[in-house]
Amino acid sequence: MRRTLGRRSALRSLAGALAATLVLAVAACGGDDGGGGTDAAQAGPNGVDDGSELTLWTRAPLEKQAKLLVDAYNASHQNKVSLTVVPNDDYVAKVGAAAGSGGLPDLFAADIVYVPNWVSQGLFQDLSSNINGLSFKDQINKGHLSAGTLDGKPHVLPFVLDLSMLFWNKQLFKDAGLDPEKGPTTLEEYADAAKKIQALKKDGVYGTAAGLNCGGCLVFTWFPSMWAGGAEVMSPDGKESKLADDTAQKVYSTWADLWKSGAVLPSSAGETGPTWTAAFTEGKVGLMFYPATLLSSTPFEAGVSGIPGPGGGASTFVGGDGIGVSKDSKKAAQAWNFLSWMMSEDAQVEVLAKNKDVVSRADLASNKYATADPRLVTINQVAGQGDTPVALNFQQAFNAPNSPWLTLVRNQVLNGKGDLQKDNEEITAVLQQ
Amino acid sequence: MSANTATRGRARPRGRHALLGWLYATPTAVFVVALFVVPLGLVVKMSVSRWPLLTGDQGFNAPDNFVKAVDHRFFTDSVVFTVKYTVLATVLLLVLGLGLALLVQESSRWNNLLRASFLIPSALGLASASLLFYVFYSPYASPLAPLMESWGFDFLGSPTAALLSTTFLIVWRYAGFYMVLMLVGLQGIPADVFEAARSDGASRWQTFWRVTLPLLRPTLALTTVLCVTGSLLAFEQFYILTKGGPDNSTITVVQLIYSVAFQGQNDLGVAAAISVIVLVALIIINAFQLRAFRSEES
Repeated sequence: MRRTLGRRSALRSLAGALAATLVLAVAACGGDDGGGGTDAAQAGPNGVDDGSELTLWTRAPLEKQAKLLVDAYNASHQNKVSLTVVPNDDYVAKVGAAAGSGGLPDLFAADIVYVPNWVSQGLFQDLSSNINGLSFKDQINKGHLSAGTLDGKPHVLPFVLDLSMLFWNKQLFKDAGLDPEKGPTTLEEYADAAKKIQALKKDGVYGTAAGLNCGGCLVFTWFPSMWAGGAEVMSPDGKESKLADDTAQKVYSTWADLWKSGAVLPSSAGETGPTWTAAFTEGKVGLMFYPATLLSSTPFEAGVSGIPGPGGGASTFVGGDGIGVSKDSKKAAQAWNFLSWMMSEDAQVEVLAKNKDVVSRADLASNKYATADPRLVTINQVAGQGDTPVALNFQQAFNAPNSPWLTLVRNQVLNGKGDLQKDNEEITAVLQQ
Repeated sequence: MSANTATRGRARPRGRHALLGWLYATPTAVFVVALFVVPLGLVVKMSVSRWPLLTGDQGFNAPDNFVKAVDHRFFTDSVVFTVKYTVLATVLLLVLGLGLALLVQESSRWNNLLRASFLIPSALGLASASLLFYVFYSPYASPLAPLMESWGFDFLGSPTAALLSTTFLIVWRYAGFYMVLMLVGLQGIPADVFEAARSDGASRWQTFWRVTLPLLRPTLALTTVLCVTGSLLAFEQFYILTKGGPDNSTITVVQLIYSVAFQGQNDLGVAAAISVIVLVALIIINAFQLRAFRSEES
């Protein structure tokens, strides 16, 4: 006991030699074991850049953007961030195991739909004094910011925004006698276009595709269709599912009809997620609801617009990942330095927008890269009409491989059986657990 | 030699001897305690505690976890499916393993080639083999894709197809392994027994049924226990190939444990409760199997 006290006071004097503010911070911690740690709140608006090693975890779908951001940060700062990319399916398990054993990295990103749950479980540090101090706070994407806000205190910033958009292959549109410059504006027109491309009978080419065995893909691509049709998918508190109402039924029946007509890529039926976009990227699918983060890696001429609903409208799922400082981080001030840089114009425009990604600050939406590519302007505009659903049990209700949402969709679209009301009640039951 | 031990025994007190014995047993004991007893204790503790994945131990709550485990909407389905799969895999593997062993036991020119080709799949890890078949079965990337398209057939598309496709992978992967076990058993049967049977005028079938099979009983017991236990704990092949689909038709018990722990419910307590149930079931099933094989022998 005496020895620990001795070590702690030695640490204090060392810290005192470095900076008076740090001593104050440590003294304020009192008997707390965070003796050598730093606090993000005391670190000032830009945090600390003192050559610390920081660790950052993210999941594989956002690897490209994460690498670009980390490389740009490491090149311009003394702090060094080392990035760990985890396969999508293993990410929750890895974070969970680390959270239980107190081994979370300094910074970690989370699928925005899981953020409300993880914040309420205390995995992220409170960043309210830092985030509230940002001059452009009102310009930060609201869906992401509110997903990470608990009791009015923001814990999480948007890392990478991933929007679901309607993409179409212009060459295939031309071949099918459709206007390659103007995409379908209603879900009915969408189905019509898919059938026309299917009717070309080109070898290995299909009208459309979807991840029909992938709950997350379906959430990402079909919720916007319902929003565009003027419906809600859940009650505002995220406790009640509304996925059996008229608009939702029209979405299911349109897709059931498409599936029956053979205009959907056959492997869609078993697609669990890893390759759900591959066929479109290879030019074998006419049009599909597709993640905007893949715009830069789509090698052919593709048109982009918002996802239409039955009867019209346009919407998008404002997905992607939020990022925050973990509860286990001892270098919160240094971690905040990364986050504050990430929100700066340098990072948003010169890294993200340059790579044709969506910026997470509204005031930077019409930057020089965006105006050069009209598709980016479309994406940025639709982002304002999009939504990020918030529910504590989102993963279990929708994303899990055996989620009731997946059962509902497969019953309605593929199997042509099942009681829609009952399947919907099953989702509500899980949401309320 | 014996006189030597006797004098040494008299010269040293009994306690020293016992101590030495304990010393020799220590390395094994340490491993057993660290790698088996401690984790087992932890699982049992988890199963009687509220233990969410993200927040850790929240204290005692028995028997809530067990109630939740049995009430889980996939519990019954997964037990039924696991048993179905176990029966299918065990019957196929044992029959095929024995058949292959009989085939390569007779000496012929092609013997070594045959043995090697049956055994090669066993050199591949199960997860790697599953990934190999994931591509092979994929209607998108498989070399059989054009064939699948023209026949309108999908290896993993329907519940039955998914079960049979996965069983095929397991048979491909393990048939060679069981062949080797059976071969060892067959070669352990003295040749003069067969000679005696032949001189008594027994037909091939009679020899197999009345001589080979009864003398192979210990090997059959071993392979059955291995195969049943392995199949009841099936995970990798279904996790990689089907993820429990299509339509939740191929969820095994271990997959249920994994999904309760890490995919949505994120509740280690309930997952541990299912693990404990599986453990008890396995102990009972194995005790029953061993007894069944032994009692007829004596």
